[in-house]
Amino acid sequence: MFDDFFIRALTAGLGLAFVTGPLGCFVIWRRLSFFAGTLAHSALLGVTLAFSFDINISFSVLLVSSAIALILLRLQKTTKLPGDALLGLLAHSSLAIGLVVIGFLSYIRFDIMGLLFGDILAVNKKDLLVIWVGGAIILLILKIIWKPLLASTVNYELAEAEGMQPEKVNIIFTILMAAIIAISIKMVGILLITGMLIIPAAMARNLANNPQQMVVLSIIGGILAVLVGLFSSMQFNSASGPSIITAALFLFILSFLKINKFRQLKK
Amino acid sequence: MKENNNTLVKLENTGVQVDKKWLVKGVSFEVQRGKIITLIGPNGSGKTTTAKLALGIHKNIEGKVHKFTDKIGYVPQKISIDWTLPLRVSDFMLLTENLKNNEIDTALDLTGVKHLKNNDLRNLSGGEFQRVLIARAIAKKPDLLVLDEPVQGVDFKGEIALYELIKKISEKLDCGILLISHDLHVVMSATDYVVCLNGHVCCSGTPQAVANDSKYRELFGDRASTILSVYEHDHDHTHSTDGTIETKK
Repeated sequence: MFDDFFIRALTAGLGLAFVTGPLGCFVIWRRLSFFAGTLAHSALLGVTLAFSFDINISFSVLLVSSAIALILLRLQKTTKLPGDALLGLLAHSSLAIGLVVIGFLSYIRFDIMGLLFGDILAVNKKDLLVIWVGGAIILLILKIIWKPLLASTVNYELAEAEGMQPEKVNIIFTILMAAIIAISIKMVGILLITGMLIIPAAMARNLANNPQQMVVLSIIGGILAVLVGLFSSMQFNSASGPSIITAALFLFILSFLKINKFRQLKK
Repeated sequence: MKENNNTLVKLENTGVQVDKKWLVKGVSFEVQRGKIITLIGPNGSGKTTTAKLALGIHKNIEGKVHKFTDKIGYVPQKISIDWTLPLRVSDFMLLTENLKNNEIDTALDLTGVKHLKNNDLRNLSGGEFQRVLIARAIAKKPDLLVLDEPVQGVDFKGEIALYELIKKISEKLDCGILLISHDLHVVMSATDYVVCLNGHVCCSGTPQAVANDSKYRELFGDRASTILSVYEHDHDHTHSTDGTIETKK
């Protein structure tokens, strides 16, 4: 069944949607859109290091992204720079270092486009295993830390006072973010993973009125985006990763229209 | 570690400094089961900081804080709900504790906002939100309640009712309460022990003892002592009926 490249792409995309849905909600709630982008940029450094030392790409990306995320948490406490300045600093410097390292690795032919935009049609059976098993682990951990994570998202000090250990769950959440980027970089690439995290969740925000509902809608939105995106990429012979994101954007616009109509009807 | 079963949290000469400036220094007191401790002091005197010290929110502190319970209900002074997070009152009630539906209803009913249960948290008025905050803190039946200006934005009538409720809850749940209030009148009538702060402990003791302290008068001016006389009158009056505290009709 997984011998057909299209079925493999579909399975991989759906697995990704299940994980980016809930994580994307937290990205929106905690205003981490730029943070997700920073982690994705630092992934390029992870990829080049993987080639330099001949280690597994996903593993290397996970290490580098986690390290960058933890450095960020540390810097936020010790410097007086605002969060977005720190994110810009880390995003662009890790991207630059990544590109410099690529320059030194002239003996390897790099497909920069592939890195930036991924190639979901090229996933193999081993990738599928990584996505589904890794995704299941991420979701399981997220379910375990759901309550303290939500509490610390609403109010950090309240969570701290009432024994929810927000600092610990923040670190765990940060590592989960690095993990999803690590397992998805090959499929949707550096630039599109942020879109996959944010757009379905943003769509869900237009329709949901409680956190659980928003998570479910975000997952459904992601699944629809993958289905519509992949089938239309086959139909129109368009690039599949960007097609998925474009489909997600259309869903977002639809959710917007629906809300407005709803409001008009109420009046 | 347990020296006294009734002690819920104990501060020993605690202080915290940010950027080499002491927010508060040398604070010692303890909150006991069934007692209400109130922190008073002018703006910037470290009331909220002291409450956060007791809660363990501040790290890298001087001195020692012993906590003997994990069941804590906290009403922070400032809290803003980000509009990106869709949250109903009922979701907010479950933020740190798993509660049954009827427990949520009871708590919301006590603070008079049961009808708002399914409303979006962002659409509440300041006073309504404050009532929800109090309901959330008491719904989990805490051992220790920390209330930082709990009735800000609540109308005058509601304010008295909420303070009475707080008093009732401390008796019913037998919990300790650490209260921060600007309302000297209320502080003086419902409190077992007052800590007057001004960057350090200015004076402390029973409400009467603090009100008679010269440092307290220096800090709050002469008007503060008239409040005490009002309080004494009020206090005698309400107690003369049947020994319990009641609102005058």
